[in-house]
Amino acid sequence: MKERAADFLEFDKDRGAYRISPEQAVRDDVEKHYWLHVGRTIAKDWRLYLMLVPMLLVFLFWRYFPMYELLGCFKVSDNVLPVSEQLFSGFSYFKRLLLGGDTVSTEFWRAMRNTFILSFYGLCFGFPIPIILALFFNEIKSDAARSVYQVLTYLPKFMSTVVMTSLVTMLVKQGSLTTGMGIVNQALEGLGLISHDVANAGLLNNPAFFRSIYQISGIWETAGYDSIVFFAAIIAVSPTSYEAAQIDGADKWAQMRYVVLPSILSTIVIMLITRIGSLLNIGYEKVLLLYNTNTYVTADVVSTFANRYGMGSAAGAAQPGLAAAAEMMNNVVGMLLVIGANTIARKASNTSLY
Amino acid sequence: MKRKLEISELIFKILSYTLLTIFALACLYPFVYAVASAISGRSAVEYGRVVLLPIDVQFEAFARMFGDNMFWNAYSNTLFITLYGTLWAMFTAILGAYALSKPRLLFRKAFNFFLVFTMWFAAGIVPQYLNYLATQKVFNAVGIMDDKWLVVIAMGMAAMNIILLRNAFEGVPSEVEEAAIVDGATEMQVLTNVFIPMSKSTIATVALFFAISRWNGYFWARQMISNQNEHPLQVFIRLRLEEFTDPDRMTGWNYPYASDSVIYALIVCSIVPILVIYPFIQKYFAKGTNVGGVKE
Repeated sequence: MKERAADFLEFDKDRGAYRISPEQAVRDDVEKHYWLHVGRTIAKDWRLYLMLVPMLLVFLFWRYFPMYELLGCFKVSDNVLPVSEQLFSGFSYFKRLLLGGDTVSTEFWRAMRNTFILSFYGLCFGFPIPIILALFFNEIKSDAARSVYQVLTYLPKFMSTVVMTSLVTMLVKQGSLTTGMGIVNQALEGLGLISHDVANAGLLNNPAFFRSIYQISGIWETAGYDSIVFFAAIIAVSPTSYEAAQIDGADKWAQMRYVVLPSILSTIVIMLITRIGSLLNIGYEKVLLLYNTNTYVTADVVSTFANRYGMGSAAGAAQPGLAAAAEMMNNVVGMLLVIGANTIARKASNTSLY
Repeated sequence: MKRKLEISELIFKILSYTLLTIFALACLYPFVYAVASAISGRSAVEYGRVVLLPIDVQFEAFARMFGDNMFWNAYSNTLFITLYGTLWAMFTAILGAYALSKPRLLFRKAFNFFLVFTMWFAAGIVPQYLNYLATQKVFNAVGIMDDKWLVVIAMGMAAMNIILLRNAFEGVPSEVEEAAIVDGATEMQVLTNVFIPMSKSTIATVALFFAISRWNGYFWARQMISNQNEHPLQVFIRLRLEEFTDPDRMTGWNYPYASDSVIYALIVCSIVPILVIYPFIQKYFAKGTNVGGVKE
């Protein structure tokens, strides 16, 4: 009769004492030679692990090494020495950006505020419009007519940022002695919304218009395409649900509220998380292509600020350390937003993106 | 009760048709305007008289564009970057996603995290710029002088696309894989003869995503490619825009078309090829957005 004190011990009758069980000895052995075991598994299955290598290298070299360069924000900026050999400067760049009180600090706070405002407006206007579009698409019962509408609204998505901003630049350009102003300026002036002088100076040179141009061009570019995913969720609603609601006397509004909305809620939540996650990650390319010195007041965001200071086009020599510190703050806040949004969504609705 | 229901339906129907029509026309109008301006006469464009239809039709702005060797050069550079960039990205992504989709892979969670973390946290443009400069030095040291290869190899990888592929590979039933292994297929044969054919549509979608981001790439190409002959189309368009909207340079303009027409012609030329292939790729494009739900 074998007596067991615990599953990792067993009673040795000959010696009258407990000893380690053979199963545990095997487990101990695996633990002791864990890396040997790992090595053997990899050696046996080396083809599979070899497949991982190109991808891991690409990510290591061009995604993780830049993160190492970020350490420059704690070092004295030096364009000659590699980051590892630069002198440690503590939090001096962060202090200068946040509390400096000079032009750099003022510009940084302005960039931070602009980043938040641009992305917040983007969320307020850019997010609901595709949902509304999808509801409208659902109203069109003829397939042919609907595809015409859909194809037209997806069109702008197929332009590159450069082509889109070039077109926008041309549509709102300033007038000069030899050439007239852009068609949008003419229209707004014709409607009496802006004065001739404002229109003739070009809307992209006027800080008051930058945010509107940014948002409207953004909606123009992506709203149709973004509605695809919501439309797919809406057509998945079974027709019998509508019929049941109609029998209960639900009018269109009640049908929206009690039939459509609950069935597309999880899609909305997922899209909202994605959106919030990339909230601070606003397209610097688009801002860079649309802004100019006249509109820094409303247009300059953290990435473009970092671009100007870090690559040496603003106020003399490049200051990569300063720029890296600015981006570091932006990116850390961005990451907290992603993780926060994801956690809330997971708790609230069991839908999670990552 | 019945009447109220019908009225609300009718109102909503009218509302959707009206607003959709307005929005669709607003989406289309800039393109129509660009084409009309590209082929209108000089004075009509300069005085802003073109609204919808072209006035005093001329095709010299297009002819100037087509006669410009730099334009064709930029086009071929873009094709080069798109083709090789997509092939390289698909090569790394398919192999990596296949390995990640296998439950027997050791440290699978860690590898996944390695990818997903780059979606949460990016170093930012300045550190990345320093990194690309270093890469450029290494490339030049080993004899790759053409900066297009730097753009092709170092840029454009996206963790999201790998995760889409991984999810598709995970959806392949394990019985099929086992059957192939019993028949004596090697790891590589399982991938090329079983997994790739069974996830064709996701592969097409992901390839499309890569190709589009390559075709549209501007910022890093402009930063890293110093030789004008190697500029891709997007950089070419932007440089022309900066040049042609600079009033100082445009004072001596004496052509039968406005300088704006050249920009519009350029814009039209860069959109048309995409419109031509659009009907063929549209279904993959629409599919891509539906693969949303990603689980760690």
